[in-house]
This record gives sequence, structure tokens and C-alpha cells, in this order.
Amino acid sequence: MFALSEEPLENIDLKGPLVRRDAGACVEFRGMVRDANQGKEVSSLEYQAYAGLAEKEGTKILKETTEKFEVLEARCLHRTGHLQIGDLAVWVGVVSVHRSDAFAACKYIIDELKQRLPIWKKEHYTNGDSGWIRSDSPSAPATGGDGEPSN
Amino acid sequence: MNADQKAVSLLYFALLREQRGLSAESCSTTAATAGELYAELKEKHEFSLSRNDLRVSVNGDFVDFSQTIADGDEIVFLPPVAGG
Repeated sequence: MFALSEEPLENIDLKGPLVRRDAGACVEFRGMVRDANQGKEVSSLEYQAYAGLAEKEGTKILKETTEKFEVLEARCLHRTGHLQIGDLAVWVGVVSVHRSDAFAACKYIIDELKQRLPIWKKEHYTNGDSGWIRSDSPSAPATGGDGEPSN
Repeated sequence: MNADQKAVSLLYFALLREQRGLSAESCSTTAATAGELYAELKEKHEFSLSRNDLRVSVNGDFVDFSQTIADGDEIVFLPPVAGG
């Protein structure tokens, strides 16, 4: 199940639906908003999504995941709206019988969604500037998620 | 309205939304393909992003810029994505 959420992910029972008796492993990824990027102090982050297509593409990524890896279930929620430092921006959870499948599947999901989901983020800086990541400064990696460059 | 003229809906996100100053509009065009339509819009609204930076969707699916556009289509030019 993939979903966008305007509601803080901190208020949602993310893992509950993944609890099952046949699962031996659960791997979770939590991507948070961090306070600096490319030498600039970040004060907050704004996420915008093309909801219909993002949900369709997110669902497709999860379906690919269950076909490629031996997983029992995979789930992902992505925030939209204005987030503060430390807020949870994206959450991925995977359960499987054995741990190696859950680790690999979780990595696949976060890597693919960063490349493919029609979601954009605007960084607001403490100096008052702001910019859309990869549009205003195409080479800059982003502060959300795991902080790895998006490409 | 001549035979080549069609009315399409456009949605804008992120930098394109800011540069256009709108999140959606309808537009009348004679462009045959999504690529031709972006060239028209880029010139008219002075968008900074080039076609190579973008992806395009028509009626909720990713398509190529060579996609033929039809009357009533919903077209979105997608700036470089940055989820996660």
C-alpha cells in the first residue's frame, strides 16, 4: 500500500498493518528533514505532489518490489505540505520471512521512489532564500529522505 | 476554431507553478505533440526549464514528448522530481 499524507506521519500507526504471524523480519526506513544542505542552513521543507500520478507510480513500485523480492508485504507513506526539521518525510516498511529480502526490498523502494515519484521539494533557508531542489539548483542533493543525492 | 485547434488542461507543479503563477489553466493550441506544446509554453511564459529537464504526462500516465495531443487532454510537464 502506497499513500501520500498531508497528516504528520508521526500521528499514524505506520507499522500496525505489517504485523503478522508469518513475518520473521521487518525493515523500516524513516527519512527525516535535516537542518543543512550544500553548506546552507535549512529552516523548513515544502513537499508538493501530483497526487494521482504519484499514487499510481508508488503503487507500481510496491508491486514491482513484491515481484522481485520474497516479501510478505510492503508499505510506504510520503508526506506532502510544509515540514519542519526532524519531521518524518517518508516511511517505508517491509516484512518478509528472512531479513535479507526485507533489507533489499526496502532499499529498492526508497531508491526507486526518489527517482520516479512526481513529488517536489522546496528548501527554505535560514537566510530567507528558498529553492526547488533539482530545478533551481540542478546539481544540489536534497535534505529530505536519507540525504543521498537524488541522481 | 480551425481543425487543428484543441483545448487542453494544464496542471503546473513546483518551479513551473511559480513561474506561471497558476496551478492549472486551460489552453487553446495547435501543437500536434506534447513536445511542441511545451515549446510554445516555454516561449510564451519564459519557463527556465528546458524540455530535457522535464517529463510529461497525459491523462495521468507518463508519455513521450512525441505523444500526439487531443482535445480535452490533461497535460502536465513535470520538473525534475525530488521525493524522499
